[in-house]
Amino acid sequence: MRSWFDTLTDHLSAQIRGHEGFTLYLSGESSEFARLNRGRVRQPGHVQQCAVTLRLIDNGRHASQTITLSGDPADDRARLDHAVDNLRGFLPHLPADPHLLVAESVQSSSDAMASALPPAAAMVDDLLKEADGNDLVGIVASGTTVRGFANHHGQRNWFSRSGFNLDWCLVHDADKAVKASLAGFTYDRSALHDEMARARSQLATLARPGRTIEPGAYRAWLTPSALSEIFGVLHWGGFGLKSLETGNSPLRRYWSGEHHLDPRVEVSEDIAHGIAPDFQADGFRRPARTSLFEAGRMTGAMVSPRSAQEFGRSTNGASNGESPVSLSMAAGDIPVGEELARLGTGLYIGNLWYTNFSDRDACRITGMTRFATFWVEDGEIVAPVNVMRFDETLDGLLGAGLEGLSAHAAFLPSNMTYGERSVESNRLPGALVKAMRFTL
Amino acid sequence: MYDDIVARFRAVLPPQSSDGAFVSLRIVDEQTDLLGLRSGVLEPPSSRRDVGAMVTVHRNGGLGYAATSDLRGSGLRQAIEKATDWAEQTSNRALFDTRAIAMPAPTGTYQTPVKRPWSDVPVAERVAWLQHVGQLIGNDPRIVDWESSLFAVLTRSRYVTSHGADIYQELHHLAPDVTIMAAADGVVQKRSTGMRGFSQQGGWEVVARSQIESLVPRFREEAFELLTAPNCPSGTMHLLLDPGQMMLQIHESIGHPLELDRILGDERNYAGRSFVSPEMFGSYRYGSDLLNVTFDPTRPEQFASYAWDDDGNPATRQHIIQDGILVRGLGSSTSEQRSGLPGVASSRATSWNRPPIDRMANLNVEPGDQSFEQLVSQVERGVYMETNTSWSIDDSRNKFQFGCELGRVIENGELKGLVRTPNYRGISATFWRNLAGVGDRSTFEVLGTPFCGKGEPNQIIRVGHASPACLFANVAVFGGA
Repeated sequence: MRSWFDTLTDHLSAQIRGHEGFTLYLSGESSEFARLNRGRVRQPGHVQQCAVTLRLIDNGRHASQTITLSGDPADDRARLDHAVDNLRGFLPHLPADPHLLVAESVQSSSDAMASALPPAAAMVDDLLKEADGNDLVGIVASGTTVRGFANHHGQRNWFSRSGFNLDWCLVHDADKAVKASLAGFTYDRSALHDEMARARSQLATLARPGRTIEPGAYRAWLTPSALSEIFGVLHWGGFGLKSLETGNSPLRRYWSGEHHLDPRVEVSEDIAHGIAPDFQADGFRRPARTSLFEAGRMTGAMVSPRSAQEFGRSTNGASNGESPVSLSMAAGDIPVGEELARLGTGLYIGNLWYTNFSDRDACRITGMTRFATFWVEDGEIVAPVNVMRFDETLDGLLGAGLEGLSAHAAFLPSNMTYGERSVESNRLPGALVKAMRFTL
Repeated sequence: MYDDIVARFRAVLPPQSSDGAFVSLRIVDEQTDLLGLRSGVLEPPSSRRDVGAMVTVHRNGGLGYAATSDLRGSGLRQAIEKATDWAEQTSNRALFDTRAIAMPAPTGTYQTPVKRPWSDVPVAERVAWLQHVGQLIGNDPRIVDWESSLFAVLTRSRYVTSHGADIYQELHHLAPDVTIMAAADGVVQKRSTGMRGFSQQGGWEVVARSQIESLVPRFREEAFELLTAPNCPSGTMHLLLDPGQMMLQIHESIGHPLELDRILGDERNYAGRSFVSPEMFGSYRYGSDLLNVTFDPTRPEQFASYAWDDDGNPATRQHIIQDGILVRGLGSSTSEQRSGLPGVASSRATSWNRPPIDRMANLNVEPGDQSFEQLVSQVERGVYMETNTSWSIDDSRNKFQFGCELGRVIENGELKGLVRTPNYRGISATFWRNLAGVGDRSTFEVLGTPFCGKGEPNQIIRVGHASPACLFANVAVFGGA
């Protein structure tokens, strides 16, 4: 696919004339998906797709067109030519863009990692065998993901990964289920066995009678997966410079210095330890690490090239949506295995779900508990808890309300497949919260 | 359209085998255009032409699919082989036997009625409309950001099967949108059309139907007024919802829980299950007698209208809830045959690269007989809320909490001043039973959204929701922090 992209780029370069410039961004995958339900196969299939986004620039005017590539060289060249013609016809109707920032210095790169993965059907077999008759529901996703960039200055970037993501639940009954996953670039059958064993052991606990807690504030342990749901909603316009500068970010009071989190909170965009490419669609390279919170204070933002130009900052290679793609939060000092003891009496929350802002301006977040959430007394799990709604400020979770962070930060590759398989990830510790407010 | 691709598909289609293998081809060709103006600066225009096809094979009781953008004969042959491989490799552990699923074999064409196609509107005219909206927003130091935009999608699809189906559909979508952000004295407030809440099918005439030009002056003044408005009061009271918030309320607490694939458990790992169980259909009181909900893909201007779903099932208007009683689920022929429950033609895929699953399409609350003034007049103490801004609901689609951009206090039958950060929470299973009043046609609006997420692999799809204003009793209402 890389040589195909290079050929298309050369063809495009030959079409460019006068003051024109271009960027070309490729995104593609060859993926297998198998959807599972009740320990059987619901919907398996293969997706082969590849698209390029061509941005044509001429005297400060620019517009882009994304086209699907067919794989037929002659057809793809014709599609690209057609896109150039369309954009050429479009640009004279546009004013020059004051927020346009073009990557001028050539920073080429190549990061291709091939992995020998077993066929997806074999992973399906392994997963269903390990489930051993339990009610398993989930998805097997595997295959190769590629990203490429080229521009008229001669910059070339390439990124490819072959990986897998097994994401499933073992269901006890109704909404009582254990969430589990195994993802990576090297498939290890024994790791699957271990993860399934962990899920099965929690499943036994879920068989105890459920407990309904009254609305109120409770000590709570948020696992890394639960904390990722909190960061998930903060990704939504929270860290972006445009949102921060226009007052639309829920973190704007942290950005202004009016508020701060607990001094132990250190958050960064950690490209070096994630799975995303270190370049974005406009060809800007992403630094290995961008600090977002240091010692609890907001120190940085995700800055797209466009926002950089608008607000007089330097870009850090953020995409146009200005969300982190490899967010990392530093671990704390609660040793692995001591989570329940440190919690004492309260809620062990395995997963949260459907987080959103109940007061965006005050960064107050609501959401639901989901899957394995347990009532704990004196460091021992007593009962699974029926789903509850929380409504709590970020300060209550990671500011004044934070009691501690686990000594291990878990790597959580995204299981999202909207449009295509995600290459995003979080690395997060668990968090002990003094008093988390539950409402319904 | 696409006769050449269909001919290549038919040429590489294996002869019908004795096991009656079913093979379908769904070609999707989608043109998307996005044009926006933000705080007076034209955002870089973008467009997308996405063309590809999905092959689905039912063989030996198994099922497999393969999506490809390679529409040459060789690409289609490969897709058939890959889909067949999956069907054969998993047939011995398939969730259900596809030989028991009868696939429809319709023929025909459908096209959105369009007065003035988007493609006929010159770029300069599109930009001029955005600039006109900007002029209406005007300059004021309190306006810190604004955006007007146009999102147009033309979807062409052709569906053919080894069993005789051959349908072509051409759907024209347009979503004009506006957002105004205001700030003063440390307070930030927003008024908008609600994340492309005015999404409809049609041509340029959708822009006029949106009435955005008349809404903008009101939005602007409301944004300013909200900056100094008090917090929304807390307590149990009456709640009056505009069609913009009703869209979200219908979507989350009627639409999703009634999807048959959720009830069958397919979604439990991701989008969730449902508090609704199979035995409830036909007898369960979902809402008060005033609640009538229809699945209506036949309303031409609504965002998710079509003549056949993506499995070729003919789309017809059906009551889902009648006089408060649950009568039918949202699931297509496959889910109907798996569950034995009555469904609708709602097997839909977001594009050529995703398989069809049970979705909402147009799901509407039918109008009642009360004017807006009559709805307000019966409230002693309550809040009127407009335009969704926050949504959250549990994975059984039961416990929910929603927030709106604007609230207005109702006291002794009269609308009073604005309140900010209005929220409410409830439980689907009881909330609709407290439906106390349904607005008449004068309060009815046809809305929609491009953003409904579900499925593994994930899919975002267009849905439509039309509703009158509705009044609910005994709702827990509250404000911001």
